[in-house]
Amino acid sequence: MLTSVLVVLFLALLIGSILGFSSIKFKVDGDPIIDKIDSILPQTQCGQCSYPGCKPYATAIAKGEADINQCPPGGEDGVRKLAELMGVEYKPLNEEHGAIKPKSIAIIDEDTCIGCTLCIQACPVDAILGSAKHMHTIIEKECTGCELCLPPCPVDCIDMIAIQENTENWKWKYPVFNIKNQKQRVSH
Amino acid sequence: MNIIDTIFKFNGGIKADTKKSVSTVRPIKKIKMPKQLILPLRQHVGKVAKLKVNIGEKVLKGQLLAEADGNVSAAIHAPTSGTVASLEKQLIPHPSGLPDYCVTLIPDGKDTWVEKKPINWKKIDRKETIKKISESGIVGLGGATFPTHLKLNNNNEVKTLIVNAAECEPYITCDDMLMREKSAELIEGIRLALHLLGAQNAIIGIEDNKPEAIEKLALLIKNDANISIKIVPTIYPSGDAKRLIYLITGIQIAKGKRSTEYGMQMFNVATIIALYKFIHCGEPSITRIITITGKVRTPNNYEVLFGTPLSDLIIDAGGKASQNGSFIMGGPMMGYKLPSVNVPVTKAMNCVIDAEPEMIENNNPVLPCIRCAKCAEACPVNLQPQELFWFSQSNQFEKAENYNLFDCIECGCCSYVCPSNIPLVQYYRYAKSEIISDRYAKEEADIARERNDFRLERLQREKEERAKKIAERKANTSSDEKSKVIDEKRKAITEALERVKQEGVSEKND
Amino acid sequence: MANNYLLIIISTVLVNNIVLTKILGLCPFMGVSKKLETSISMSAATAFVLTIGSMTSWAINHYLLEPNDLVYLRTLTFIVVIAAVVQFTEMLMEKNFPFLYRMLGIFLPLITTNCAVLGIPLLNAQASHTLLESAFFGFGGAIGFSIVLILFASLRERLDGANVPLPFKGTAIAMTTAGLMSLAFMGFIGLDR
Repeated sequence: MLTSVLVVLFLALLIGSILGFSSIKFKVDGDPIIDKIDSILPQTQCGQCSYPGCKPYATAIAKGEADINQCPPGGEDGVRKLAELMGVEYKPLNEEHGAIKPKSIAIIDEDTCIGCTLCIQACPVDAILGSAKHMHTIIEKECTGCELCLPPCPVDCIDMIAIQENTENWKWKYPVFNIKNQKQRVSH
Repeated sequence: MNIIDTIFKFNGGIKADTKKSVSTVRPIKKIKMPKQLILPLRQHVGKVAKLKVNIGEKVLKGQLLAEADGNVSAAIHAPTSGTVASLEKQLIPHPSGLPDYCVTLIPDGKDTWVEKKPINWKKIDRKETIKKISESGIVGLGGATFPTHLKLNNNNEVKTLIVNAAECEPYITCDDMLMREKSAELIEGIRLALHLLGAQNAIIGIEDNKPEAIEKLALLIKNDANISIKIVPTIYPSGDAKRLIYLITGIQIAKGKRSTEYGMQMFNVATIIALYKFIHCGEPSITRIITITGKVRTPNNYEVLFGTPLSDLIIDAGGKASQNGSFIMGGPMMGYKLPSVNVPVTKAMNCVIDAEPEMIENNNPVLPCIRCAKCAEACPVNLQPQELFWFSQSNQFEKAENYNLFDCIECGCCSYVCPSNIPLVQYYRYAKSEIISDRYAKEEADIARERNDFRLERLQREKEERAKKIAERKANTSSDEKSKVIDEKRKAITEALERVKQEGVSEKND
Repeated sequence: MANNYLLIIISTVLVNNIVLTKILGLCPFMGVSKKLETSISMSAATAFVLTIGSMTSWAINHYLLEPNDLVYLRTLTFIVVIAAVVQFTEMLMEKNFPFLYRMLGIFLPLITTNCAVLGIPLLNAQASHTLLESAFFGFGGAIGFSIVLILFASLRERLDGANVPLPFKGTAIAMTTAGLMSLAFMGFIGLDR
């Protein structure tokens, strides 16, 4: 009886000291996963995830504070990629954080704009040009479609326009066949 | 002069019925001036050309309509004299069937040229000539429409010019007819291109189904030691750049490398003749040869102005221009269905086929892939088409890329031999465009991240600066004065407190 | 003698494969086989734990338990030892391969409760192998586990692209595949002797 207790005690002490030593030796500092998550996020900086931007959301995911399905601009595809990276099950987008919309950009109605500069302060990517009491305009190429400029505008002169398909962004479609047109299989 | 016949056969490829003879019986024809010319601003690889004329302006033949925007772009010139009527979105020959910006030109019928400025290429520096060519609007006329001046201007030393005269796709005969009728211009053009590239010798790679063209060219280069002809067998796709280089030289261009890194550059015959016309005659790129063939009554080759409505050509060839959606642009292997015949002839349009219904709609039942690997045997690039198909159809793009999806030249050999009738190339095109759009989205996201980071940094900096300013202002209002004021106040307070205390004490004493 | 070790390896890798014949370690076999990449790293981790674990267990069994007549403590002590080795592997992984660490997730600490990992030292003790024999037995078992896991992951990756009938999608088709693989491995019976 006593020997068994001693043996187990000895083992526990030995293993404990080895593990304690190695935990000091292999101490991990920093978490490279944040950048990896951030690179999957669409960088609209829209804040729909309830974090102030993509990087804070990435940090929250890495810490386990936020779920992976809070980013509507990233779409189902984005959630799938995050699930794969984090090694968790895919789950559909949380509708509390907004619905998926087609990618669009903001357009300022330049006749209504009063030049208040409020939208400039709201834009997370500095895509709005203009100065006080002068008309503002949006650099289309830089706009991420985050809609953050909409609420501060006092005269509602900003509209979101969905990006239309043109010969430049057109994609080949998944092949589909009309089954009716196909010749019947020859049966033997 | 010599005709070489040792060739290096590539794997795969197919021997199909070429159906070329129907459109080579008649000489190249011109049609009468159309009522209007429609010129898309995007007819080339790269950036859209920038419009340089006003609506309503009168222009002369060969006058610049739109200039190249940056280096990777090509100019567009007026194919005839007339009035610029409008700039609006119109249907263009594009697989999407979507409209794009086009200039409409109403010809005045006089066809008056602007002052032509031929270039004395033997006298001036070749770099300067190449710079002039960048204003000529010449692009690869084989169908790739890559701006030609970029191919002339490269950093690697080019020793050999390879002239692509293979024209391997069935039905297409425009290069063949061009070589038969303009062989002298072609040879002159080759000498010019040799000079521009700084190359020593040229090899014309031509398929053995064009004996008449070979004979004519051979006669012309009899006394020229620098130009030779190499006859390659008629195996599709021998006209693909890397396949032709291998056939001729036995050199395989490695993945991600360019032929110029191996001292070779390739031009299509039509491109060389366009170069010749620009340098010798001062004529920019405004016409091309196009094959109209298939079900039309008189299949023919036409020399047409860019912008000519395709329907005019179809009617001239005896076809029914009314039956929309049954015309294929390009060859039957790599071409695509035109959205309508009401599209203009562009720089890329080498052939239009009035197609049999089965060429357009695959009516044979599409059956599951049985992994017979016939496609792998047929693939001229030595890919594994069945694997690419598997990953493309299930949206596993990363794996498709690992199987070198982007080395696929979309030649269609795999689809041609597939016993299950699977339209393999359609899957590859789908996967490729999905991957490309993903990459683009990623690039955009990176830019947005950078801009956001910069903004946050700026805000932080501004905040710090403001805090610093406030601190400075505080420090500036001289500390002595301040402390004096404070000391006085404190003194007053303590005095008052003491007074209260003393009063309290005296009250108690009472 | 060398013949003996070869026999142990062949027997553990192919004939008496721990996953497909002994039906041990099914938890990671089904759980970590969705992607080839993770399955490879999982196999590496398991191989490491198994080899080290079976050697240390042998030492404990041979020097501590048997001389003191404490064979009944085998399971308990072996679990403790294996848990420690797994902990150690986890620390190594987190430090050196943080992405793999993330991807393996819960399955890395779960190596502790992997029945294959506990089973092999126990089988070792039962068969009273020598140190070298136990090491080979553990290593062979690990290789067998790895081969099957990697093969299975490759199969599942391809299955991802297949047009599987709806009721069979996911785990159902994976189970069917595992069954077929097991059948295939039965073909190795009779390879030795």
